[in-house]
Amino acid sequence: MSSNLLEVKALVKHFPLKGGLLGTRRSVVHAVDGVSFHIDRGETLSVVGESGCGKSTVGRTVLRLLDPTQGEVWLGGERIDNLPAGRLRPLRRRMQVVFQDPFSSLNPRLSVGEIIAEPIVNFGLASGSELKDRVAGLMDKVQLPRDAMKRLPHEFSGGQRQRIGIARALAPGADIIICDEAVSALDVSVKAQIVNLLADLQDELGLALMFISHDLAIVEHLTHRVAVMYLGKIVEMADRRTLFAAPHHPYTRALLSAVPVPDPAVKRQRILLKGDVPSPIHPPSGCRFHTRCPFAFDRCRTEEPVLRERAPGQTSACHLDEVPEAA
Amino acid sequence: MSITLGGVAAAPELPDVLPPRRARGRVMRFVVQHPTIVAGGLLLGVMVFIAIFAPWLGTRDPEAISPIYRLRPPQAAYWFGTDMLGRDIYSRVIYGSRVSLGVGFSVAILASGIGMAIGVVSGFVRWLDMALMRIMDGLMSIPGILLAIALMALTRGSVYNVVVAITIPQVPQVARLVRGVVLTLREQPFVEAAVASGTRLPKILIKHIVPNTMAALSVQATYICASAMVIEAILSFIGAGTPPTIPSWGNIMAEGRALWQIKPYIVFFPAVFLSITVLAVNLLGDGLRDALDPRLAKRL
Repeated sequence: MSSNLLEVKALVKHFPLKGGLLGTRRSVVHAVDGVSFHIDRGETLSVVGESGCGKSTVGRTVLRLLDPTQGEVWLGGERIDNLPAGRLRPLRRRMQVVFQDPFSSLNPRLSVGEIIAEPIVNFGLASGSELKDRVAGLMDKVQLPRDAMKRLPHEFSGGQRQRIGIARALAPGADIIICDEAVSALDVSVKAQIVNLLADLQDELGLALMFISHDLAIVEHLTHRVAVMYLGKIVEMADRRTLFAAPHHPYTRALLSAVPVPDPAVKRQRILLKGDVPSPIHPPSGCRFHTRCPFAFDRCRTEEPVLRERAPGQTSACHLDEVPEAA
Repeated sequence: MSITLGGVAAAPELPDVLPPRRARGRVMRFVVQHPTIVAGGLLLGVMVFIAIFAPWLGTRDPEAISPIYRLRPPQAAYWFGTDMLGRDIYSRVIYGSRVSLGVGFSVAILASGIGMAIGVVSGFVRWLDMALMRIMDGLMSIPGILLAIALMALTRGSVYNVVVAITIPQVPQVARLVRGVVLTLREQPFVEAAVASGTRLPKILIKHIVPNTMAALSVQATYICASAMVIEAILSFIGAGTPPTIPSWGNIMAEGRALWQIKPYIVFFPAVFLSITVLAVNLLGDGLRDALDPRLAKRL
């Protein structure tokens, strides 16, 4: 328990949709519906799923950029989901974020040095020449040229901007960094650079990472555990090896079968899902995946499956216990 | 540790030095790229120079009356002629630039400042937004000139009151513009990143929100400046503006109106100066708009 840096219990985030003249509440978007997980020190948990499955909302709620509707978030043994803004502020130092879009995540009017210095100044960690040394040290750490300090973000490429974002996240000495699709907007070769950088930083600083992504190929390279989300719920969670070798949930298997393999000789059976993700305003009854699941049967439409342990370190929410053999 | 993704190797590390920025040739490139800014800026600069150095530009007392020399056409002694009281129109037009530019700039600065404050507040404080924006809608539903005339009717004629009367109808436009920009900015990841790195609200507003509204605001401010100068002239022309003792372009035109058909030069010179100044400010605004944000071109 004490090694759990971040613990999320039954997190729920609903967005009310307002309609009508008086803004009367009409319907609710079930973005995140009862998500629980934990991340240990120095560990990487990847949260994967299609767009719209709520994985970014989980990240933003954990960061308290959004207030959770229900559930608990514990950071280093302190409950943070219900803290008022003033008490939360000092704790923000321990949890930082790197966003997807390297263009909109940096203020175009601030120099790189000012951007990286902002969290250090906010938390009163250094000032004067010490601050400057610290910023320079961070820039070395993410392999940015020193003369970048006085320049504005628009002078940099996407990969370099993402390094600036990572330096900002490292600046206050965070224990955990939430990477919200942090490499999705980058070219493949630059993506690899940034992934390598994150892995090196994790080794060096003992950082925990929550890596939100839709790209399983990237996830396979840097994660310890994977949580697969579908329509606001975690459907399967397992350590990397188990998940990629023996996925249990039909949705996980469909996702894995969609990962391209750079070898034309490899023949695979692809599982094609029909239809689109159902609307999170009216999620399907029973198992949320039953509308697209090739193996769905009666029970799936009425009874919601719970996460149960299938193998050591692997939990899955599915009624089909014998599916792995059947396939 | 190093990985390859899907057979693609990680790109080689970047060179440690960025290409140096070139300072030379910057001025020339700016002129070529933004001819309207340069033209507008130069013209406006000339007008500002005239307003500041009015007493040293061969002018005499603009209010001195000399009935013997009244209604002289333009000549060597009186470059723009004299009016029906024998006052030198050249001196009056040159001194009049002080009123027009002063009113234009004051209104632009005041309306931008007040509008910015209202816009930022209603963009950030959601419960106040509704009330503030309905007040702004109400103000916008009254034609600006009509509102200014009404406000002037309530007070004594003075340049200060003219500035206030023109500023109030201009505020809602700025407030709406700034509110719109703030609403998009507050959802930007860099603002969320600032929140996540513990930045307090006042600092977020000052460092992250306000500087990013400046591009849109400065464009709007130039248009406000231009329309304020026109409205000042209109108010003075109909006698609801700057008191007749102070030479302003609107006043000079109002006084020359009766003699327009026989002595057109009295109206002609202040009108030309007003047109050139408004043109200069509008050129500057158009140029700024295109240079700062091409997407804005469609909105304004």
